[in-house]
Amino acid sequence: LAVHPLAAFADEIAPADVAFDDMKVTTSLTGVPGNPEEGAKAFANRGLGNCLACHALEALSKEQFHGDVAPTLDGVADRWSPEELRAIIVDAKQVFTEETMMPGFYSLNVGLNVRKDLVGKTVLTAQQVEDVVAFLATLKE
Amino acid sequence: GLAVERAFGEPVDDTLEIDGVPMITRAAAPEGHPFDEVLSGWLFREAETRATQEDSFENPGMLAVERGGEIWETVDGSMGKSCASCHDDAAVSMKDVGATYPKWDADAQRPINVELQIDKCRVENMGAEPYKFDDAEQVALTAFVKHQSLGKPLAIDLTQGELQTWWEKGKDVYYTRTGQLNFACASCHEASMGKYIRADHLSQGQVNGFPTYRFNTAGMVSLHNRFRGCIRDTRAEMPKAFSDELMALEVYVTWRGTGLSVETPAVRQ
Ligand code: HEC
Ligand code: HEC
Ligand code: HEC
Repeated sequence: LAVHPLAAFADEIAPADVAFDDMKVTTSLTGVPGNPEEGAKAFANRGLGNCLACHALEALSKEQFHGDVAPTLDGVADRWSPEELRAIIVDAKQVFTEETMMPGFYSLNVGLNVRKDLVGKTVLTAQQVEDVVAFLATLKE
Repeated sequence: GLAVERAFGEPVDDTLEIDGVPMITRAAAPEGHPFDEVLSGWLFREAETRATQEDSFENPGMLAVERGGEIWETVDGSMGKSCASCHDDAAVSMKDVGATYPKWDADAQRPINVELQIDKCRVENMGAEPYKFDDAEQVALTAFVKHQSLGKPLAIDLTQGELQTWWEKGKDVYYTRTGQLNFACASCHEASMGKYIRADHLSQGQVNGFPTYRFNTAGMVSLHNRFRGCIRDTRAEMPKAFSDELMALEVYVTWRGTGLSVETPAVRQ
């Protein structure tokens, strides 16, 4: 069966429509399984997740300069399920507190005066969130 | 608060003396401050950066100060005057300026910082053009004027005019989250003070060393340039230099450093 290249987007959930249920987002944002290798790239890339700015991670020790603003993510999959990790990445403020330093990566609940070219845009795409979730799910001790 | 409950990257336990003048790099915070102690950004920098600031001959920012000294003596504008024509020896006439600005400007009915006071004198007393923001001469002359207060503790007088109202406004700005990344000044310089964000050791974001010399860009950085850079990093539109928003922030953040010595020109990476 030939699949239309845009089919993947048909199932994509818009940022405002993501449903949080008891600190979980149970439905995949795209319906396309995440790719952990791509996830590791989006995680480290300074223009995308830039997660290492705040979190250290042994698995990526070849990358320079891990921050310590936030907990290390070694073994994070032992602490959180993929559904919980998805919720944390989509909008950490709905999982932790409104005060958390962690940005929402697939949320339009953002600060004032957003740079003009970024208005209405999320930090990560829906598929990048799925990829990062898949990567984090490999981090077991 | 948040910062103390987690592992804390301590600022160094060291003292700073420049040209034989001891700097106050730790001071008891003023009443109503979120911290008990205010800390100079110097304490958070690497050993090499700290050493460069300690030695005026090594400090590349001193070249800007020297340049500012030349501008001080140079006639400009239609009235045939230099700064020195009216203010004579800066070591005497400017000795408190770096520690007491921003002040209330009764003419403009808003706060005025050293850059704006220089522009005011250029326009009203020299018949010269105001500087464009971050003109190298503006930065050099500001560094020269503030350097005359080296070692003096920051002490702005909030009872002047409506400065207290501007302080309130600046406090609002400080705690307002901006940009796609949704950070406030306080997210980085209060809640995460002492932590590493990538390679950067987060300080209290104090203003006492401005304009500063930065190795990164091998040049001087003005205060409003730094404010704009921090706001840009939240992925927000940057307010204009000397806008109401940034003048209010300068009043408030200067107060947050009350008691710290003026270190202009400080050295940063
Ligand atoms: C600017 C700082 C910052 C950035 C960037 C950041 N985080 Fe976080 N993150 C935090 C903080 C702080 C916490 C801890 C929750 C709290 O105390 O508010 C946290 C918690 C977490 C947790 C829960 C950790 C645990 O063990 O309990 C996960 C998972 C996580 N972040 C993943 C990510 C991922 C993935 C990225 C990048 C896509 C990221 N974070 C980017 C600050 C950040
Ligand atoms: C023709 C005279 C004149 C010239 C030239 C002049 N000024 Fe002024 N300046 C004044 C006067 C008058 C004041 C207000 C004095 C006061 O009442 O505090 C002032 C105030 C200042 C102050 C504030 C001092 C304080 O204690 O608050 C600074 C800083 C200053 N001038 C810098 C400069 C610089 C830098 C230049 C050259 C670019 C310059 N001035 C040129 C006359 C002059
Ligand atoms: C995302 C993090 C972040 C935010 C938000 C942020 N800053 Fe900064 N700021 C930094 C970093 C990193 C540095 C360089 C390291 C240091 O001195 O803390 C810095 C440096 C500074 C400095 C220079 C300190 C020195 O000693 O040289 C000042 C002043 C400053 N910030 C003020 C502010 C103000 C005011 C705001 C809000 C408008 C703000 N910052 C928001 C990260 C941030």
